[in-house]
Amino acid sequence: MTVSELAQLDDFEAVALPEADREIDGAYSGDLLSWVMGRARAGNAWITIMSNINVVAVASLADTACVILAEGVIPDEEFTATAQARQVNVLRSGKPAYEISLILGSVL
Amino acid sequence: MSDALSFHYDVDGESFSSAGQASAGVKKNLRQLGIDPEIIRKVSIAMYEGEINMVIHAGGGEADITVEDNCIVIVLTDRGPGIADIDKAMEEGYSTARDNIRALGFGAGMGLPNMKRYTDEMNISSVVGEGTTITMKVFF
Repeated sequence: MTVSELAQLDDFEAVALPEADREIDGAYSGDLLSWVMGRARAGNAWITIMSNINVVAVASLADTACVILAEGVIPDEEFTATAQARQVNVLRSGKPAYEISLILGSVL
Repeated sequence: MSDALSFHYDVDGESFSSAGQASAGVKKNLRQLGIDPEIIRKVSIAMYEGEINMVIHAGGGEADITVEDNCIVIVLTDRGPGIADIDKAMEEGYSTARDNIRALGFGAGMGLPNMKRYTDEMNISSVVGEGTTITMKVFF
């Protein structure tokens, strides 16, 4: 499934899709940035409630397919602009991380 | 060796939002050289962890990256407080970062372990009160 296909689903909304056709290969859920860098694999969808600017840097360096901001988190403009500039796909969802994981488990 | 490519970056110790500029720059440069994406991923994560450490603990520092024939060498140098117990610092989960750092999602005690995880060689040279130099190598 691609990031743009995921963004079409009811529970998701696109925040920035600079690489919309990127394929999602598995997922990782976590809010501690170094854990994510240590454990997430390239191509994963990364589910987190963190929305500070370092999330964009981590997603870029860890080469995740997209960030999914959980629990209805709304990022600020700097976050969105930086994600766009650094080719980081970002979606958001009103669901908690566990429920997003369940959805990904059924669609990926 | 003589035609080795090198990049130098000053790491700003003031700001977490600018942390990552050096690793982003390295990622871009290595990509332009056509280096394998998995190698780039290892180098840039190891470097970002080092950058964050320099911002959290040392008030900034310097990063030098050299592309050799068979590896990429990353040297991170700071004039921070130094690491009193390197073995302890290398343990996953051990951190001396403050709560405001943890609120940003850092300070999980995984920085140095990740640097080791993603590099093939890592050497820490640190003197308390003078600073720390970390040398890492990722082989092709």
